[in-house]
Amino acid sequence: MRYPFPVGRSDFIQGDEAVARAAILAGCRFYAGYPITPASEIFEAMALYMPLVDGVSIQMEDEIGSIAAVIGASWAGAKAMTATSGPGFSLMQENLGYAVMTETPIVVVNMMRGGPSTGQPTFPAQGDLMQAVWGTHGDHMLIVLSPSTVQEAFDLTIRAFNLAEKYRTPVVILGDAELAHMRERVYIPNPDEIEVVNRKLPANEDEAKLPFGDPHGDGVPPMPIFGRGYRTYVTGLTHDESGHPRTVEPEVQQKLIGRIFRKILDHKDEIISYETFELDDAEIAIVSTGIVSRSAIRAVKMLRERGVRAGLLKLSTVWPFDFEVIEELAEQVRKIYVPEMNLGQLYHLVREGANGKAEVELIAKIGGEVHTPMEIVERVVG
Amino acid sequence: MRKEVLFSGFGGQGVILASVILGRAAAVYENLYAVQTQSYGPESRGGASRAEVVISDEPIDYPKAITPDYAVFFSQEAYTKFLHTVKEGATVIVEKDLVPHRDTEFEERLKVIALPLTEIAEETTGLSLTMNILTLGILVGVTGIVGRESIEKAVRDAVPHGTEEINLRALRKGFELAEKLKP
Repeated sequence: MRYPFPVGRSDFIQGDEAVARAAILAGCRFYAGYPITPASEIFEAMALYMPLVDGVSIQMEDEIGSIAAVIGASWAGAKAMTATSGPGFSLMQENLGYAVMTETPIVVVNMMRGGPSTGQPTFPAQGDLMQAVWGTHGDHMLIVLSPSTVQEAFDLTIRAFNLAEKYRTPVVILGDAELAHMRERVYIPNPDEIEVVNRKLPANEDEAKLPFGDPHGDGVPPMPIFGRGYRTYVTGLTHDESGHPRTVEPEVQQKLIGRIFRKILDHKDEIISYETFELDDAEIAIVSTGIVSRSAIRAVKMLRERGVRAGLLKLSTVWPFDFEVIEELAEQVRKIYVPEMNLGQLYHLVREGANGKAEVELIAKIGGEVHTPMEIVERVVG
Repeated sequence: MRKEVLFSGFGGQGVILASVILGRAAAVYENLYAVQTQSYGPESRGGASRAEVVISDEPIDYPKAITPDYAVFFSQEAYTKFLHTVKEGATVIVEKDLVPHRDTEFEERLKVIALPLTEIAEETTGLSLTMNILTLGILVGVTGIVGRESIEKAVRDAVPHGTEEINLRALRKGFELAEKLKP
Protein backbone atom coordinates (compact mmCIF):
# COMPACT_ATOMS: atom_id res chain seq x y z
CA MET A 1 0.00 0.00 0.00
CA ARG A 2 1.37 3.37 -0.99
CA TYR A 3 0.15 6.42 0.86
CA PRO A 4 -0.31 9.82 -0.74
CA PHE A 5 1.75 11.45 2.03
CA PRO A 6 5.07 10.56 3.66
CA VAL A 7 4.89 7.99 6.48
CA GLY A 8 7.45 7.06 9.12
CA ARG A 9 8.64 10.65 9.49
CA SER A 10 7.66 13.99 10.96
CA ASP A 11 5.85 16.68 9.05
CA PHE A 12 4.66 20.22 9.75
CA ILE A 13 0.93 20.25 9.10
CA GLN A 14 -2.39 21.67 10.25
CA GLY A 15 -4.70 19.93 12.72
CA ASP A 16 -7.20 19.43 9.90
CA GLU A 17 -4.59 17.78 7.70
CA ALA A 18 -3.50 15.53 10.59
CA VAL A 19 -7.10 14.35 11.04
CA ALA A 20 -7.36 13.49 7.34
CA ARG A 21 -4.04 11.58 7.23
CA ALA A 22 -4.85 9.69 10.43
CA ALA A 23 -8.26 8.71 9.07
CA ILE A 24 -6.65 7.23 5.98
CA LEU A 25 -4.09 5.32 8.04
CA ALA A 26 -6.91 4.05 10.29
CA GLY A 27 -8.57 2.61 7.20
CA CYS A 28 -11.14 5.29 6.37
CA ARG A 29 -12.12 4.95 2.72
CA PHE A 30 -15.28 7.06 2.56
CA TYR A 31 -15.65 10.75 3.27
CA ALA A 32 -18.74 12.86 2.70
CA GLY A 33 -18.88 16.49 3.64
CA TYR A 34 -19.96 20.02 3.04
CA PRO A 35 -17.32 22.76 3.25
CA ILE A 36 -17.29 24.94 6.35
CA THR A 37 -14.65 27.02 8.11
CA PRO A 38 -12.60 25.82 9.97
CA ALA A 39 -13.03 22.18 8.90
CA SER A 40 -12.83 22.65 5.11
CA GLU A 41 -9.16 21.64 4.99
CA ILE A 42 -10.13 18.14 6.16
CA PHE A 43 -12.42 17.88 3.16
CA GLU A 44 -9.75 19.34 0.84
CA ALA A 45 -7.24 16.74 2.02
CA MET A 46 -9.76 13.92 1.68
CA ALA A 47 -10.73 15.04 -1.82
CA LEU A 48 -7.05 14.90 -2.75
CA TYR A 49 -6.11 11.65 -1.00
CA MET A 50 -9.17 9.41 -1.33
CA PRO A 51 -8.89 8.69 -5.08
CA LEU A 52 -5.25 7.73 -4.48
CA VAL A 53 -6.14 5.04 -1.92
CA ASP A 54 -9.16 3.67 -3.82
CA GLY A 55 -11.49 5.54 -1.52
CA VAL A 56 -14.38 7.91 -2.15
CA SER A 57 -14.77 11.55 -1.15
CA ILE A 58 -17.96 13.31 -2.11
CA GLN A 59 -19.53 16.69 -1.51
CA MET A 60 -23.12 16.36 -0.39
CA GLU A 61 -25.91 18.93 -0.60
CA ASP A 62 -25.57 19.74 3.09
CA GLU A 63 -24.45 18.29 6.42
CA ILE A 64 -27.65 16.26 6.85
CA GLY A 65 -26.83 14.45 3.64
CA SER A 66 -23.16 14.17 4.61
CA ILE A 67 -23.73 12.21 7.78
CA ALA A 68 -26.46 10.15 6.10
CA ALA A 69 -24.01 9.14 3.35
CA VAL A 70 -21.40 8.27 5.94
CA ILE A 71 -23.86 6.01 7.80
CA GLY A 72 -24.79 4.29 4.53
CA ALA A 73 -21.13 3.80 3.60
CA SER A 74 -20.46 2.24 6.98
CA TRP A 75 -23.24 -0.34 6.43
CA ALA A 76 -21.67 -1.04 3.05
CA GLY A 77 -18.50 -1.98 4.91
CA ALA A 78 -16.37 1.17 4.66
CA LYS A 79 -14.85 3.05 7.53
CA ALA A 80 -16.38 6.46 7.06
CA MET A 81 -15.99 10.01 8.36
CA THR A 82 -17.46 13.47 7.99
CA ALA A 83 -16.19 16.76 9.39
CA THR A 84 -17.87 20.06 10.07
CA SER A 85 -18.19 22.97 12.47
CA GLY A 86 -21.00 24.28 14.67
CA PRO A 87 -23.73 25.09 12.12
CA GLY A 88 -23.16 21.81 10.28
CA PHE A 89 -22.92 19.87 13.52
CA SER A 90 -26.37 21.17 14.47
CA LEU A 91 -27.74 19.82 11.19
CA MET A 92 -26.13 16.45 11.85
CA GLN A 93 -27.82 15.90 15.20
CA GLU A 94 -30.80 13.93 13.94
CA ASN A 95 -28.66 11.43 12.07
CA LEU A 96 -26.11 11.28 14.87
CA GLY A 97 -28.95 9.79 16.91
CA TYR A 98 -29.77 7.48 14.01
CA ALA A 99 -26.16 6.25 14.07
CA VAL A 100 -26.44 5.62 17.82
CA MET A 101 -29.74 3.75 17.42
CA THR A 102 -28.57 1.67 14.45
CA GLU A 103 -25.16 1.12 16.11
CA THR A 104 -23.26 2.36 13.08
CA PRO A 105 -19.52 2.96 13.45
CA ILE A 106 -18.78 6.44 12.09
CA VAL A 107 -16.46 9.30 12.99
CA VAL A 108 -17.80 12.85 13.11
CA VAL A 109 -15.32 15.71 13.50
CA ASN A 110 -16.50 19.06 14.84
CA MET A 111 -13.89 21.81 14.66
CA MET A 112 -15.62 24.21 17.01
CA ARG A 113 -15.95 27.92 16.24
CA GLY A 114 -17.75 30.73 18.01
CA GLY A 115 -21.52 30.30 18.06
CA PRO A 116 -24.47 29.99 18.28
CA SER A 117 -25.60 30.11 14.65
CA THR A 118 -22.90 31.14 12.16
CA GLY A 119 -21.13 33.07 14.93
CA GLN A 120 -17.37 33.54 14.49
CA PRO A 121 -16.29 31.28 11.61
CA THR A 122 -12.53 31.79 11.92
CA PHE A 123 -12.25 31.84 15.71
CA PRO A 124 -12.04 28.94 18.17
CA ALA A 125 -14.54 28.10 20.90
CA GLN A 126 -15.62 25.16 23.04
CA GLY A 127 -19.31 25.90 23.01
CA ASP A 128 -20.41 22.56 21.51
CA LEU A 129 -19.27 20.30 24.30
CA MET A 130 -22.74 19.64 25.71
CA GLN A 131 -24.15 19.45 22.19
CA ALA A 132 -21.69 16.69 21.28
CA VAL A 133 -22.84 14.71 24.29
CA TRP A 134 -26.55 15.52 24.38
CA GLY A 135 -27.33 17.24 21.06
CA THR A 136 -29.44 14.51 19.58
CA HIS A 137 -32.75 13.64 21.17
CA GLY A 138 -33.60 10.69 23.34
CA ASP A 139 -31.53 8.67 25.78
CA HIS A 140 -28.31 7.82 24.07
CA MET A 141 -24.66 7.02 24.57
CA LEU A 142 -21.72 7.81 22.36
CA ILE A 143 -18.03 8.62 22.65
CA VAL A 144 -16.54 12.13 22.48
CA LEU A 145 -12.78 12.75 22.22
CA SER A 146 -10.97 16.07 22.44
CA PRO A 147 -7.39 16.71 21.20
CA SER A 148 -5.20 19.65 22.27
CA THR A 149 -2.24 19.36 19.88
CA VAL A 150 -1.83 18.47 16.23
CA GLN A 151 -0.16 15.20 17.28
CA GLU A 152 -3.16 14.42 19.49
CA ALA A 153 -5.50 15.30 16.62
CA PHE A 154 -3.68 12.61 14.64
CA ASP A 155 -3.54 10.04 17.44
CA LEU A 156 -7.12 10.56 18.63
CA THR A 157 -8.48 10.26 15.09
CA ILE A 158 -6.97 6.80 14.83
CA ARG A 159 -8.37 6.03 18.28
CA ALA A 160 -11.79 7.37 17.22
CA PHE A 161 -11.96 4.91 14.32
CA ASN A 162 -10.82 2.05 16.53
CA LEU A 163 -13.40 2.84 19.22
CA ALA A 164 -16.16 3.29 16.63
CA GLU A 165 -15.37 -0.10 15.09
CA LYS A 166 -14.87 -1.90 18.38
CA TYR A 167 -18.09 -0.68 20.00
CA ARG A 168 -20.22 -0.15 16.88
CA THR A 169 -20.88 3.44 17.80
CA PRO A 170 -20.51 6.96 16.46
CA VAL A 171 -17.47 8.76 17.84
CA VAL A 172 -17.27 12.55 17.87
CA ILE A 173 -13.93 14.37 17.74
CA LEU A 174 -14.19 17.85 19.22
CA GLY A 175 -11.44 20.10 17.97
CA ASP A 176 -11.54 23.86 17.56
CA ALA A 177 -10.64 26.51 15.00
CA GLU A 178 -7.25 27.14 16.61
CA LEU A 179 -6.23 23.48 16.44
CA ALA A 180 -7.80 23.02 13.00
CA HIS A 181 -5.62 25.70 11.44
CA MET A 182 -2.57 25.40 13.68
CA ARG A 183 0.52 23.86 12.11
CA GLU A 184 2.76 21.82 14.29
CA ARG A 185 5.32 19.08 14.09
CA VAL A 186 3.56 15.74 13.98
CA TYR A 187 4.97 12.26 13.59
CA ILE A 188 3.14 10.30 10.90
CA PRO A 189 3.85 6.66 11.73
CA ASN A 190 4.39 3.76 9.38
CA PRO A 191 1.23 1.67 9.03
CA ASP A 192 2.86 -1.21 10.96
CA GLU A 193 3.34 1.10 13.96
CA ILE A 194 -0.41 1.68 14.22
CA GLU A 195 -2.96 -0.58 15.87
CA VAL A 196 -6.03 -0.72 13.64
CA VAL A 197 -9.25 -2.28 14.92
CA ASN A 198 -11.91 -3.62 12.58
CA ARG A 199 -15.53 -4.27 13.43
CA LYS A 200 -16.77 -7.75 14.32
CA LEU A 201 -18.47 -9.46 11.41
CA PRO A 202 -21.01 -12.27 11.85
CA ALA A 203 -19.19 -15.56 12.30
CA ASN A 204 -22.13 -17.57 11.00
CA GLU A 205 -25.71 -17.29 9.82
CA ASP A 206 -27.14 -17.35 13.35
CA GLU A 207 -25.14 -14.28 14.29
CA ALA A 208 -26.05 -12.56 11.02
CA LYS A 209 -29.73 -13.02 11.76
CA LEU A 210 -29.37 -11.06 15.01
CA PRO A 211 -27.52 -7.87 13.99
CA PHE A 212 -28.75 -6.20 17.20
CA GLY A 213 -28.25 -9.13 19.54
CA ASP A 214 -25.50 -9.80 22.01
CA PRO A 215 -24.00 -13.19 21.11
CA HIS A 216 -20.67 -12.52 22.81
CA GLY A 217 -22.01 -10.95 26.01
CA ASP A 218 -20.01 -7.75 25.54
CA GLY A 219 -23.01 -5.76 24.33
CA VAL A 220 -21.51 -5.35 20.85
CA PRO A 221 -23.29 -7.30 18.11
CA PRO A 222 -21.40 -8.40 15.00
CA MET A 223 -22.32 -6.14 12.08
CA PRO A 224 -23.44 -7.71 8.81
CA ILE A 225 -22.33 -5.84 5.71
CA PHE A 226 -24.80 -5.01 2.95
CA GLY A 227 -24.13 -7.02 -0.17
CA ARG A 228 -22.33 -9.86 1.56
CA GLY A 229 -25.14 -12.34 1.59
CA TYR A 230 -27.38 -11.45 4.51
CA ARG A 231 -30.72 -9.68 4.55
CA THR A 232 -30.54 -7.02 7.25
CA TYR A 233 -33.20 -4.65 8.48
CA VAL A 234 -31.88 -1.31 9.76
CA THR A 235 -34.25 1.21 11.36
CA GLY A 236 -34.22 4.14 13.74
CA LEU A 237 -37.40 2.79 15.28
CA THR A 238 -37.03 0.76 18.44
CA HIS A 239 -36.15 -2.72 17.23
CA ASP A 240 -35.58 -6.23 18.47
CA GLU A 241 -32.41 -8.29 18.06
CA SER A 242 -33.29 -9.10 14.46
CA GLY A 243 -33.61 -5.39 13.65
CA HIS A 244 -37.36 -5.35 13.09
CA PRO A 245 -39.43 -2.51 14.57
CA ARG A 246 -41.07 -3.28 17.93
CA THR A 247 -42.24 0.08 19.17
CA VAL A 248 -44.96 -0.66 21.71
CA GLU A 249 -43.33 -3.08 24.14
CA PRO A 250 -41.51 -1.24 26.94
CA GLU A 251 -39.11 -4.14 27.51
CA VAL A 252 -37.82 -4.03 23.91
CA GLN A 253 -36.86 -0.36 24.28
CA GLN A 254 -35.40 -1.01 27.73
CA LYS A 255 -33.29 -3.90 26.47
CA LEU A 256 -32.03 -2.09 23.35
CA ILE A 257 -31.17 1.25 24.95
CA GLY A 258 -29.87 -0.54 28.03
CA ARG A 259 -27.42 -2.48 25.88
CA ILE A 260 -26.37 0.64 23.92
CA PHE A 261 -25.47 2.28 27.26
CA ARG A 262 -23.91 -0.87 28.68
CA LYS A 263 -21.62 -1.60 25.75
CA ILE A 264 -19.92 1.78 26.34
CA LEU A 265 -20.16 2.12 30.12
CA ASP A 266 -19.02 -1.44 30.84
CA HIS A 267 -15.85 -0.63 28.95
CA LYS A 268 -15.38 2.93 30.11
CA ASP A 269 -12.03 2.21 31.75
CA GLU A 270 -10.72 1.30 28.34
CA ILE A 271 -12.45 4.19 26.57
CA ILE A 272 -11.65 7.00 28.99
CA SER A 273 -8.21 8.53 28.68
CA TYR A 274 -6.66 11.49 30.41
CA GLU A 275 -3.25 12.88 31.29
CA THR A 276 -2.04 14.38 34.52
CA PHE A 277 0.63 17.00 35.02
CA GLU A 278 2.16 17.81 38.41
CA LEU A 279 -0.90 16.44 40.22
CA ASP A 280 0.85 14.20 42.78
CA ASP A 281 1.27 16.79 45.54
CA ALA A 282 -1.19 19.35 44.16
CA GLU A 283 -3.55 21.29 46.38
CA ILE A 284 -4.95 23.27 43.46
CA ALA A 285 -6.15 21.39 40.38
CA ILE A 286 -7.03 22.59 36.93
CA VAL A 287 -9.34 20.39 34.86
CA SER A 288 -9.48 21.11 31.15
CA THR A 289 -9.90 19.63 27.71
CA GLY A 290 -8.77 20.57 24.21
CA ILE A 291 -6.69 23.59 23.29
CA VAL A 292 -7.11 25.35 26.67
CA SER A 293 -5.11 22.53 28.27
CA ARG A 294 -1.99 24.00 26.70
CA SER A 295 -2.50 27.30 28.49
CA ALA A 296 -3.26 25.33 31.63
CA ILE A 297 0.06 23.42 31.48
CA ARG A 298 1.91 26.72 31.24
CA ALA A 299 -0.22 28.16 34.04
CA VAL A 300 0.71 25.22 36.28
CA LYS A 301 4.42 25.83 35.60
CA MET A 302 3.99 29.54 36.40
CA LEU A 303 2.04 28.77 39.58
CA ARG A 304 4.70 26.29 40.73
CA GLU A 305 7.35 29.01 40.22
CA ARG A 306 5.33 31.16 42.60
CA GLY A 307 5.20 28.37 45.16
CA VAL A 308 1.60 27.32 44.49
CA ARG A 309 1.23 23.54 44.41
CA ALA A 310 -0.90 23.35 41.27
CA GLY A 311 -1.51 20.47 38.88
CA LEU A 312 -3.53 19.64 35.79
CA LEU A 313 -5.97 16.93 34.79
CA LYS A 314 -6.31 17.02 31.02
CA LEU A 315 -9.24 15.06 29.63
CA SER A 316 -8.77 13.43 26.22
CA THR A 317 -12.12 11.65 26.49
CA VAL A 318 -14.96 14.02 27.26
CA TRP A 319 -17.69 11.37 27.14
CA PRO A 320 -18.22 8.97 28.79
CA PHE A 321 -17.18 11.24 31.64
CA ASP A 322 -15.02 9.97 34.48
CA PHE A 323 -16.96 11.27 37.47
CA GLU A 324 -14.98 8.99 39.83
CA VAL A 325 -11.59 10.42 38.90
CA ILE A 326 -12.93 13.93 39.53
CA GLU A 327 -14.27 12.89 42.93
CA GLU A 328 -10.86 11.42 43.87
CA LEU A 329 -9.24 14.64 42.75
CA ALA A 330 -11.71 16.67 44.81
CA GLU A 331 -10.76 14.62 47.87
CA GLN A 332 -7.10 15.48 47.32
CA VAL A 333 -7.17 19.18 46.43
CA ARG A 334 -8.56 22.31 48.00
CA LYS A 335 -9.98 23.79 44.86
CA ILE A 336 -10.55 22.89 41.22
CA TYR A 337 -10.49 25.47 38.41
CA VAL A 338 -12.12 24.76 35.07
CA PRO A 339 -10.92 27.04 32.25
CA GLU A 340 -12.99 26.64 29.11
CA MET A 341 -13.83 28.63 25.99
CA ASN A 342 -17.54 28.94 26.73
CA LEU A 343 -19.68 30.24 29.57
CA GLY A 344 -19.64 26.98 31.53
CA GLN A 345 -20.16 23.43 30.24
CA LEU A 346 -17.33 21.14 31.39
CA TYR A 347 -17.60 23.03 34.68
CA HIS A 348 -20.98 21.48 35.43
CA LEU A 349 -19.67 17.96 34.84
CA VAL A 350 -16.67 18.62 37.06
CA ARG A 351 -18.89 20.05 39.79
CA GLU A 352 -21.06 16.97 39.69
CA GLY A 353 -17.96 14.78 39.88
CA ALA A 354 -16.44 16.79 42.75
CA ASN A 355 -19.59 16.05 44.69
CA GLY A 356 -19.05 18.93 47.10
CA LYS A 357 -15.66 17.65 48.23
CA ALA A 358 -13.77 20.61 46.76
CA GLU A 359 -14.78 24.03 45.58
CA VAL A 360 -15.06 24.22 41.78
CA GLU A 361 -14.58 27.51 39.97
CA LEU A 362 -15.25 28.27 36.33
CA ILE A 363 -12.78 30.36 34.29
CA ALA A 364 -14.98 31.18 31.30
CA LYS A 365 -13.82 32.95 28.17
CA ILE A 366 -15.61 33.60 24.89
CA GLY A 367 -14.83 35.83 21.93
CA GLY A 368 -12.34 33.76 19.99
CA GLU A 369 -9.08 33.83 21.92
CA VAL A 370 -7.64 30.95 23.89
CA HIS A 371 -7.08 31.81 27.58
CA THR A 372 -3.59 33.13 28.14
CA PRO A 373 -1.69 31.27 30.88
CA MET A 374 -1.63 34.54 32.84
CA GLU A 375 -5.42 34.76 32.85
CA ILE A 376 -5.55 31.38 34.56
CA VAL A 377 -2.73 32.22 36.99
CA GLU A 378 -4.38 35.48 38.01
CA ARG A 379 -7.64 33.75 38.84
CA VAL A 380 -5.87 31.15 40.96
CA VAL A 381 -3.67 33.55 42.94
CA GLY A 382 -6.45 36.16 43.12
CA MET B 1 14.85 28.20 24.44
CA ARG B 2 11.44 29.56 23.51
CA LYS B 3 11.41 32.08 20.67
CA GLU B 4 8.28 33.83 19.51
CA VAL B 5 7.92 35.38 16.07
CA LEU B 6 5.06 37.60 14.94
CA PHE B 7 4.22 38.22 11.28
CA SER B 8 1.55 40.80 10.54
CA GLY B 9 0.11 42.76 7.67
CA PHE B 10 -2.95 42.47 5.48
CA GLY B 11 -4.38 39.48 3.61
CA GLY B 12 -2.62 38.76 0.31
CA GLN B 13 0.89 39.81 1.40
CA GLY B 14 1.94 36.27 2.21
CA VAL B 15 2.04 36.81 5.96
CA ILE B 16 0.74 33.34 6.70
CA LEU B 17 2.94 31.61 4.11
CA ALA B 18 6.05 33.25 5.55
CA SER B 19 5.15 31.94 8.99
CA VAL B 20 4.46 28.44 7.66
CA ILE B 21 7.86 28.34 5.95
CA LEU B 22 9.69 29.43 9.09
CA GLY B 23 7.84 26.86 11.22
CA ARG B 24 8.52 24.13 8.70
CA ALA B 25 12.23 24.95 8.57
CA ALA B 26 12.43 24.62 12.35
CA ALA B 27 10.20 21.53 12.76
CA VAL B 28 11.19 19.46 9.75
CA TYR B 29 14.75 20.53 9.00
CA GLU B 30 16.13 21.49 12.42
CA ASN B 31 14.24 18.92 14.48
CA LEU B 32 12.98 21.61 16.83
CA TYR B 33 9.45 21.98 18.14
CA ALA B 34 7.46 24.60 16.30
CA VAL B 35 3.87 25.82 16.30
CA GLN B 36 2.42 28.14 13.69
CA THR B 37 -0.91 29.80 14.34
CA GLN B 38 -2.81 32.43 12.46
CA SER B 39 -5.73 34.71 12.87
CA TYR B 40 -7.58 36.38 10.09
CA GLY B 41 -11.05 37.54 9.15
CA PRO B 42 -13.33 35.88 6.61
CA GLU B 43 -12.03 37.90 3.62
CA SER B 44 -9.14 36.37 1.63
CA ARG B 45 -7.53 39.70 0.71
CA GLY B 46 -7.34 43.04 2.40
CA GLY B 47 -8.31 42.15 5.95
CA ALA B 48 -5.86 42.26 8.83
CA SER B 49 -3.70 39.16 8.88
CA ARG B 50 -1.55 37.94 11.72
CA ALA B 51 0.50 34.81 12.11
CA GLU B 52 2.72 33.58 14.88
CA VAL B 53 5.47 31.01 15.11
CA VAL B 54 6.77 29.65 18.40
CA ILE B 55 10.01 27.69 18.19
CA SER B 56 11.50 25.72 21.05
CA ASP B 57 13.84 22.84 21.83
CA GLU B 58 11.21 21.34 24.14
CA PRO B 59 7.49 20.60 23.64
CA ILE B 60 5.49 23.80 23.31
CA ASP B 61 2.65 24.24 25.78
CA TYR B 62 0.97 27.60 25.17
CA PRO B 63 1.05 27.88 21.37
CA LYS B 64 0.65 31.63 20.93
CA ALA B 65 3.17 34.45 21.08
CA ILE B 66 2.97 36.36 24.36
CA THR B 67 5.83 38.85 23.94
CA PRO B 68 7.43 38.29 20.52
CA ASP B 69 11.23 38.14 20.31
CA TYR B 70 11.01 38.95 16.61
CA ALA B 71 8.29 40.75 14.68
CA VAL B 72 7.48 41.70 11.10
CA PHE B 73 5.10 44.54 10.22
CA PHE B 74 3.81 44.88 6.67
CA SER B 75 1.04 47.41 7.30
CA GLN B 76 0.33 50.50 9.35
CA GLU B 77 -2.65 48.82 11.00
CA ALA B 78 -0.58 45.85 12.10
CA TYR B 79 2.26 48.09 13.32
CA THR B 80 -0.03 50.32 15.33
CA LYS B 81 -1.91 47.39 16.81
CA PHE B 82 0.94 45.04 17.70
CA LEU B 83 4.23 46.97 17.97
CA HIS B 84 3.80 47.49 21.69
CA THR B 85 3.40 43.77 22.39
CA VAL B 86 7.01 42.93 21.43
CA LYS B 87 9.74 42.15 23.92
CA GLU B 88 12.22 44.82 24.98
CA GLY B 89 15.19 44.54 22.61
CA ALA B 90 13.18 42.59 20.02
CA THR B 91 14.31 42.54 16.40
CA VAL B 92 11.60 44.18 14.33
CA ILE B 93 11.33 44.38 10.54
CA VAL B 94 9.12 47.13 9.10
CA GLU B 95 7.90 47.64 5.50
CA LYS B 96 8.92 51.30 5.52
CA ASP B 97 6.68 52.47 2.66
CA LEU B 98 3.55 50.91 4.13
CA VAL B 99 4.14 52.13 7.68
CA PRO B 100 4.44 55.92 7.47
CA HIS B 101 3.52 56.64 11.09
CA ARG B 102 6.08 55.25 13.50
CA ASP B 103 6.55 55.35 17.26
CA THR B 104 10.21 56.42 17.24
CA GLU B 105 10.40 56.62 21.01
CA PHE B 106 9.31 53.01 21.47
CA GLU B 107 11.52 51.89 18.59
CA GLU B 108 14.58 53.10 20.48
CA ARG B 109 14.18 50.12 22.78
CA LEU B 110 14.17 47.70 19.83
CA LYS B 111 16.42 46.64 16.98
CA VAL B 112 14.49 48.04 14.05
CA ILE B 113 15.12 47.24 10.41
CA ALA B 114 12.95 49.52 8.26
CA LEU B 115 13.27 49.03 4.52
CA PRO B 116 11.14 49.52 1.40
CA LEU B 117 10.66 45.75 1.24
CA THR B 118 8.09 45.68 -1.56
CA GLU B 119 10.29 47.85 -3.75
CA ILE B 120 13.41 45.75 -3.09
CA ALA B 121 11.46 42.57 -3.87
CA GLU B 122 10.20 44.09 -7.11
CA GLU B 123 13.74 45.10 -8.10
CA THR B 124 15.17 41.70 -7.19
CA THR B 125 12.68 39.33 -8.79
CA GLY B 126 10.33 41.54 -10.77
CA LEU B 127 7.55 40.39 -8.46
CA SER B 128 6.50 42.49 -5.50
CA LEU B 129 4.74 39.35 -4.22
CA THR B 130 8.10 37.87 -3.20
CA MET B 131 8.36 40.51 -0.47
CA ASN B 132 7.39 37.97 2.20
CA ILE B 133 10.23 35.60 1.23
CA LEU B 134 12.72 38.47 1.03
CA THR B 135 11.70 39.40 4.56
CA LEU B 136 12.21 35.81 5.73
CA GLY B 137 15.73 36.00 4.32
CA ILE B 138 16.42 39.16 6.31
CA LEU B 139 14.88 37.69 9.47
CA VAL B 140 16.84 34.44 9.28
CA GLY B 141 20.01 36.21 8.17
CA VAL B 142 19.95 38.69 11.04
CA THR B 143 18.68 36.44 13.85
CA GLY B 144 19.92 32.95 12.93
CA ILE B 145 16.68 31.58 14.37
CA VAL B 146 17.00 28.69 11.88
CA GLY B 147 19.82 27.80 9.50
CA ARG B 148 19.94 29.20 5.98
CA GLU B 149 19.93 25.75 4.46
CA SER B 150 16.81 24.78 6.43
CA ILE B 151 14.87 27.85 5.38
CA GLU B 152 15.88 27.28 1.74
CA LYS B 153 14.53 23.73 1.89
CA ALA B 154 11.33 24.91 3.54
CA VAL B 155 10.86 27.59 0.86
CA ARG B 156 11.22 24.93 -1.84
CA ASP B 157 8.60 22.76 -0.08
CA ALA B 158 6.06 25.49 0.41
CA VAL B 159 5.99 27.81 -2.59
CA PRO B 160 3.98 26.99 -5.72
CA HIS B 161 5.67 24.62 -8.13
CA GLY B 162 7.65 26.52 -10.74
CA THR B 163 8.28 29.54 -8.51
CA GLU B 164 11.07 27.96 -6.45
CA GLU B 165 13.97 29.76 -8.12
CA ILE B 166 12.37 33.18 -8.09
CA ASN B 167 11.53 32.79 -4.40
CA LEU B 168 15.01 31.57 -3.56
CA ARG B 169 16.40 34.64 -5.31
CA ALA B 170 14.28 36.80 -3.02
CA LEU B 171 15.39 34.78 0.01
CA ARG B 172 19.08 35.15 -0.85
CA LYS B 173 18.67 38.86 -1.41
CA GLY B 174 17.35 38.92 2.14
CA PHE B 175 20.47 37.08 3.40
CA GLU B 176 22.61 39.63 1.53
CA LEU B 177 20.82 42.59 3.10
CA ALA B 178 21.13 40.95 6.51
CA GLU B 179 24.92 40.78 6.15
CA LYS B 180 25.03 44.54 5.62
CA LEU B 181 22.64 45.19 8.48
CA LYS B 182 24.53 43.14 11.05
CA PRO B 183 26.44 45.27 13.52
